[in-house]
Amino acid sequence: MSEPTNTFEPRIVAFFCNWCTYTAADLAGVSRMKYAPNIRVVRLMCSGRLDPQFVMAAFAKGADGVLIGGCHPGDCHYVEGNYKALRRVTLLKRMLADLGIEEDRFRLEWISASEGDKVKHVVNEMVEKIRALGPLDMPGKHTHWDKEMEELEAHVNHSQKEIPAHAH
Amino acid sequence: MPTKPKIGFYWCASCGGCEESVVDLAEDVLMVTAAVDIIFWPCAMDFKKADIEAMPDKSIVATLLNGAIRSSEQEEMAHLLRRKSQVLIAFGSCAHTGGIPGLANQFTCEQIMKYVYEECPTMVNDQKTHPQTHFKDGNRETELPVIRNVVRALDQVVDVDYYIPGCPPTPKLLKEAVLALLSGKLPPKGSVLAPNIAVCQQCKRNDSKPQDISLTEFKRPHQIIADPDICLLAQGLPCLGPATRGGCDAVCIQGNMPCTGCFGPVDNVHDHGAKILSYLASTAAGKEEKDITKTLAGIPDPVGTFYRYGLAKCLLRGKVSQS
Repeated sequence: MSEPTNTFEPRIVAFFCNWCTYTAADLAGVSRMKYAPNIRVVRLMCSGRLDPQFVMAAFAKGADGVLIGGCHPGDCHYVEGNYKALRRVTLLKRMLADLGIEEDRFRLEWISASEGDKVKHVVNEMVEKIRALGPLDMPGKHTHWDKEMEELEAHVNHSQKEIPAHAH
Repeated sequence: MPTKPKIGFYWCASCGGCEESVVDLAEDVLMVTAAVDIIFWPCAMDFKKADIEAMPDKSIVATLLNGAIRSSEQEEMAHLLRRKSQVLIAFGSCAHTGGIPGLANQFTCEQIMKYVYEECPTMVNDQKTHPQTHFKDGNRETELPVIRNVVRALDQVVDVDYYIPGCPPTPKLLKEAVLALLSGKLPPKGSVLAPNIAVCQQCKRNDSKPQDISLTEFKRPHQIIADPDICLLAQGLPCLGPATRGGCDAVCIQGNMPCTGCFGPVDNVHDHGAKILSYLASTAAGKEEKDITKTLAGIPDPVGTFYRYGLAKCLLRGKVSQS
């Protein structure tokens, strides 16, 4: 299932808040900073908007990592949103660990609008860590899990063919 | 004599509680049996698989199947009953969302077998005998069902028309479902036959639920004697009512126990556990990571708490490292 490391490019879904981290990513772009092209950014109005379902869905649909970016504590545009994100992420980290997802695949960072270099640094670091871990490939795993049912279908079809013979 | 519509009941990986809920219809069971012919109910009546196989396809009006799907035998019966039934209803939490058996998705089949037959403290098994799927004794030979590595909800194996939630479903929901079936007044295919509201909406304590809940400590039911009139969440018990479908009349909370989420999510929620996590985590007080972590330590087993009845339907479906 795992591809050779040199061809594996991690896919990271990033949820950035509109007011700080997204603006920081914009700044990084405008400042012509270079960072790994492995993140797909989803802009949220606030990190507090992050429904843990988004994270589950991202992993389930093939993300190798999920990065959340919000305003520094005390700086939330909506006053309390980033604290809500922190509470959810704290519990979600534990739950994902119990579900067998490695710690380095899920990360929360406070990045203010002026910290373009932090976006670069965080993304590069996360990409390298995930590259070392290898692909998560949940869709592939689920397909693999369900292979055992294909065997059954063959078995059912086989046993059903036998029924008329027994009936006589 | 006109023939009555045929109804079947079947059980897979379940505890028998759903069968109990059929019996709990009490005198209403007479209403049901007056209106329908129960043609298959292995728990209570002697009909064989061969009888079902001999019936024409789609000749059963509805089959209510409870239990998760764990073995090849259960898969086979699910396929058979799907073929013979016009309507297939996933009856109870296990068939609906995987139920308690779904928690086995945190382990591989191998780990479970090793624990049960070798490591479990009450097990004496010096020869390390494990169940086999093939048995031969002289010229007698038999095949036994294979245990699958993954536990599945019914709709992960066959097409399902309706869901009746609950561990077990309440007799009231069952009665309403049978009446809807007989009158042909069924909602669109794929519906859950319970109201699309949260448990809180039916809970008598809802008025005592504060607008904002900020907890510094989560308690477990054995640690406190809860006030029977005040919202359990406000008392620090992780009650899953706010993120769980109602229709149960909040019976557990009436019994002074917090909701554990057996009715599954409301419509439009894709991952029940994540939704529970979302609301429960946001009730933790504090703004420092240290304080938040301390409060949330009061939930020692997030997967077991949030996916108690629904790990099979979790978007990740269980522990990722299992292959």
